[in-house]
Amino acid sequence: MAIDPAKSLKELETPIIELEKRLNDLLEFSKRTGVNLDDKIRQLEDEIKFVVRGIYSKLTPWQRVQLARHPNRPETTDYIRLIFDDFIELKGDRYFADDPACACGLAKIGDLKLFLIGQRKGSTMEARLKYNFGSMHPEGYRKALRKMEIAEKFGLPVISFVNTPGAYPGIGAEERGQAWAIAENIFEMSDIKIPHLSIIIGEGGSGGALGICVADKLSILENAYLSVISPEGCAAILWKDSSKADLAANMLKLVPEELRKLGIIDDIIQEPAGGAHRNPSKMGEILKNYIVSTIKHLQSIPLDKLLERRWEKYRNIGKFIEEESAVAGLY
Amino acid sequence: MGSTKNDQQVHQAWFKCEKCGNIIYYREFKEVLDICQSCSYHYPLTPQRWIDCIFDEDSFEELDRQIASVDILGFAEQINYSNKLRELRSKFEQNDAIITGTVELDSQTAYVGITDSRFLMGSMGSVVGEKISRIFEYAHDAGCPVITITTSGGGARMHEGAISLMQMVKTSQAVRKYRSNGGLYISILANPTMAGVMASFAALGDIIIAEPKALIGFTGPRVIEQTIKQSLPPGFQTSEFMLQHGFVDMIVERKGMRSMLTKLVDYLWL
Ligand SMILES: [Zn+2]
Repeated sequence: MAIDPAKSLKELETPIIELEKRLNDLLEFSKRTGVNLDDKIRQLEDEIKFVVRGIYSKLTPWQRVQLARHPNRPETTDYIRLIFDDFIELKGDRYFADDPACACGLAKIGDLKLFLIGQRKGSTMEARLKYNFGSMHPEGYRKALRKMEIAEKFGLPVISFVNTPGAYPGIGAEERGQAWAIAENIFEMSDIKIPHLSIIIGEGGSGGALGICVADKLSILENAYLSVISPEGCAAILWKDSSKADLAANMLKLVPEELRKLGIIDDIIQEPAGGAHRNPSKMGEILKNYIVSTIKHLQSIPLDKLLERRWEKYRNIGKFIEEESAVAGLY
Repeated sequence: MGSTKNDQQVHQAWFKCEKCGNIIYYREFKEVLDICQSCSYHYPLTPQRWIDCIFDEDSFEELDRQIASVDILGFAEQINYSNKLRELRSKFEQNDAIITGTVELDSQTAYVGITDSRFLMGSMGSVVGEKISRIFEYAHDAGCPVITITTSGGGARMHEGAISLMQMVKTSQAVRKYRSNGGLYISILANPTMAGVMASFAALGDIIIAEPKALIGFTGPRVIEQTIKQSLPPGFQTSEFMLQHGFVDMIVERKGMRSMLTKLVDYLWL
């Protein structure tokens, strides 16, 4: 099936939603009347699987950005419930406020004790407003840092979930030093003496993401992205037309496979067919296994080596040439 | 941008201030370090001019001049990033939006990095990230202070995608290593210093100095206005605003910069 790149994700998903509705109707009818429709039901289930695979395996970068922002996509709040056996939230930056856009706390998977930092988007409109759609204020970054230092002191590995359109753009955020808060987090995280695994679960919006994700391993879900600027913002700057976001999304090379080629992303974590929102509990299970094995691996590396590797990774990101002839456009 | 005008007007005896409309005599203007005497607007300086204004005469020695960007993402097809780079390189005879090197400040050697707002709004891609990281490494080895002067409205350079974003980490960790080994880093924020540059090395000075009335912050004022759907208070995101909120140590006028830097280095380093 050819995918129309101009189609929004919502349009693409419409046939699936219709098929699923038909399936539900059949199931209900069969249950209510006692008529055996098993063959028909199985046939329809296969058809849905086929359509889902066809659509989601060929998404354009822009469609994947939309998938990363899908309103039903599981987010930190869901993963706290799906992945961890226990979570004790620790609030407040001790200076100004508690920023609910970022959840911090003690978390457990079986015997494995962790420190969780997660950007929260919320799943209802009320929650989304409360969490500013995942956009953190300076107090959020300062809280995250303060709590990471607790993790460092008491030897808990840090797991962070990145999911933000960007740091909050507002008057208060600037008054309280948004740039300084992000810079200081990057500065400290680059040398924090504990293993840190960071996973981009949806949107990795620029400096807003960077403020919590300087880690030993930076991994990403299959349908998540990391970008220096939103595709709409980039299109608005380049062509004064934010509707050209699909073009910008292609250019920015923001999808996981491209990011891995650039040496920025370490692992890409596969999602259930059709994306995390089609099977959140399966996604939670995949993440749980990934977190446990990866944290155990990071814990097995001596700390000085871990810090050296973290430093080396970021020291080596960048592409340039070094030749005199490049000066003044001579090459 | 105001800075390019200055160069074009070299042969003109006078011009009108772009902020207040006052008549400015070019020779006087240069003598007072590109500041309008009527409204005290500090015109942006090129890196070379910064060096001339602040440091010991003829003391500058450029480093890593040969490092140049490449079109990592193949932006070429859409907006011709390679052509743009080539054009800017020949126009300004430098490879990217930064000049680094060593200077003498009252005979004390320091490493400097100065971004150039004429070059893609002084934005940080691979070259700025690498050259900034290197001066901290050199300064560590040589046991010298580091001074950066930023005029970067562009933040992290979008033409190099997430690679630019990672330069924020690369430069910040370079500052960390340098400072935690006892290095002195003074960051001077000139007009404008925003976004990815402000949210990385520029914010991490032991001492942070701002020029008067510079635009300083994270998110650009237009984006904030669009988001909150109200106009911003007067003076928002200026140096004076940041001083009031506790994010810079002092505001220093251009003509006092040399003597202030000399004093700071004397107190903290000598
Ligand atoms: Zn004036």
